[in-house]
Amino acid sequence: MTYALQTIGLDKHFGGLHVTRNLSLNIAPGARHALIGPNGAGKTTVINQLTGVLKSNSGRILLEGEDITALPVHRRVLRGLSRTFQINQLYADLTPLETIGLAVSERSGHGHDWWRRMGTRSDINDEIAENLARFKLLDVMNEPTGRLPYGKQRLLEIAVAIATKPRVLLLDEPAAGVPESERHDILAAVANLPRDVTVLLIEHDMDLVFSFADRISVLVAGALLTEGPPDEVARDPQVKAVYLGEDANV
Amino acid sequence: MTTPSENVGYHARRSARWHWGEAAFWIALVGCGLLFPSRYLIMTEILRLGLFALSLDLILGYAGIVSLGHAAFFGVGAYCAGLMALHGIVNEPLLALVVAGLVAGVLGLATSMLVIRGVDLTRLMVTLGIALLLEALAERFSNITGGTDGLQGITMQPLLGLFEFDIFGKVGFWYTLAVLFVLFVLARRIVHSPFGLSLRAIRNNPLRAAAVGIPVNARLVAVYTLAAVYAGIAGALFTQTTQLASLDVFSFERSADLILVLVLGGTGYLYGGLVGAVIFKILQETFSTLTPQYWLFWIGLVLVVIVMIGRERLERWVFFLPNLVMRTFRSAKAGGAK
Repeated sequence: MTYALQTIGLDKHFGGLHVTRNLSLNIAPGARHALIGPNGAGKTTVINQLTGVLKSNSGRILLEGEDITALPVHRRVLRGLSRTFQINQLYADLTPLETIGLAVSERSGHGHDWWRRMGTRSDINDEIAENLARFKLLDVMNEPTGRLPYGKQRLLEIAVAIATKPRVLLLDEPAAGVPESERHDILAAVANLPRDVTVLLIEHDMDLVFSFADRISVLVAGALLTEGPPDEVARDPQVKAVYLGEDANV
Repeated sequence: MTTPSENVGYHARRSARWHWGEAAFWIALVGCGLLFPSRYLIMTEILRLGLFALSLDLILGYAGIVSLGHAAFFGVGAYCAGLMALHGIVNEPLLALVVAGLVAGVLGLATSMLVIRGVDLTRLMVTLGIALLLEALAERFSNITGGTDGLQGITMQPLLGLFEFDIFGKVGFWYTLAVLFVLFVLARRIVHSPFGLSLRAIRNNPLRAAAVGIPVNARLVAVYTLAAVYAGIAGALFTQTTQLASLDVFSFERSADLILVLVLGGTGYLYGGLVGAVIFKILQETFSTLTPQYWLFWIGLVLVVIVMIGRERLERWVFFLPNLVMRTFRSAKAGGAK
């Protein structure tokens, strides 16, 4: 079977520090897969390797069976591997309309179009409107993003990623820092992601992980500790030890 | 009833719509040409500086590329136009202008790889270095460039074979204004396209831009090359309207003044370069008549004041006063309505 996303023996060193150790992940098409691990387990490094921000020292990354290890960041996105950011990386002075418009333009191959004005292609306008509507952003589409409530910004974060029409979506702590009152909207948006998009959720919040994921990989010190369905992982004594150990240190 | 899609289209196109203030601006420029025939030379100088600053605005205001050596392209355009006229390679000025722009563009493309890498400080040093390099080369190959004397004896053929360049600079002025307008409209079109929007995204956050599928480096190369073409054309206009080309076209002062012009006018809305050029030349004229030796002191003072009052949004300090008036006016109206 062809996995939606697969890593084979991925490694990353920072000088003498071995951060990602021989990591092999297999993520099935349509899966709701979670990658968890205690602080400092190297989750962020793994995301940066998957998206191409960091070059891996060794190992391969396959997207739907095709080797993307050597591709630059934007080529991976166009191939169908998108991500959301944990810390806000939105364009503060662009509006949601422009932000989504950018993603749709690039995805549809019109991003280098320097002669046609924005908003003059009805197919692109349709797609922008559809994405804004799906994430309940139509009423704020002309506000500068920096002035939106944080919850709306987090929704826009997911909306941008979806606007690139990914095959595989990396969700990096989608609900981090969102106030309780706005949390419900984010969780609903995550739960309602299109079923044909494979999702890899990187998360700290165990409630979200266990309500969302159908498969969990546990990363400890850059290596895969265990992998399995949620109930199995929850019972795993090694996992308990890692998390209890972490709790005991707090 | 408009659909959400039509609504999206309407708002996406809104920023690209011509504002009445813009029409007024261009009419005012034409009006100046008609009203002050004795001032053609200085007005031509302002327009040319405006075009040069527009070029810098494309990379600085839109793509966030800082440059301390933009005179490199101005200089190449200037010498190119001068040499073509001097040796009769391309006689028709408009055609020569296009050729000079393209030559500068080739240089822009060739050096863009060095410039787009690295952070602001690297870019400042690399751009500065390239301009100094070219200045030194122009001095070294004085058999071609005329060295410190510059190119001597340039005579321009009539524009389009019809309009002879006159000593009052009338043809030069209208020619410069027409070129500026055409290039401005083109730049305006470009910044409101998906390409232009992607530049703003890159300036905002290059990491994020790549994560929505924008080929960051390719876009920066493209806009840097475009800006080089614009600067080259500004340089060629300089040679064609003054019939001069000397080493100072490459000078560091020219690049530095350009940043001043853009700070005076504001970045990222295209008119900054033009407005800045007008302010800069007026200040220069005023201060140098008042105190010929110390006009730079006053320019420096103005700069410091601008930075102090426009601290939060330096790039748009020009709007500080109008916005203040508008706000006061609105709140007065709201207060009166109660």
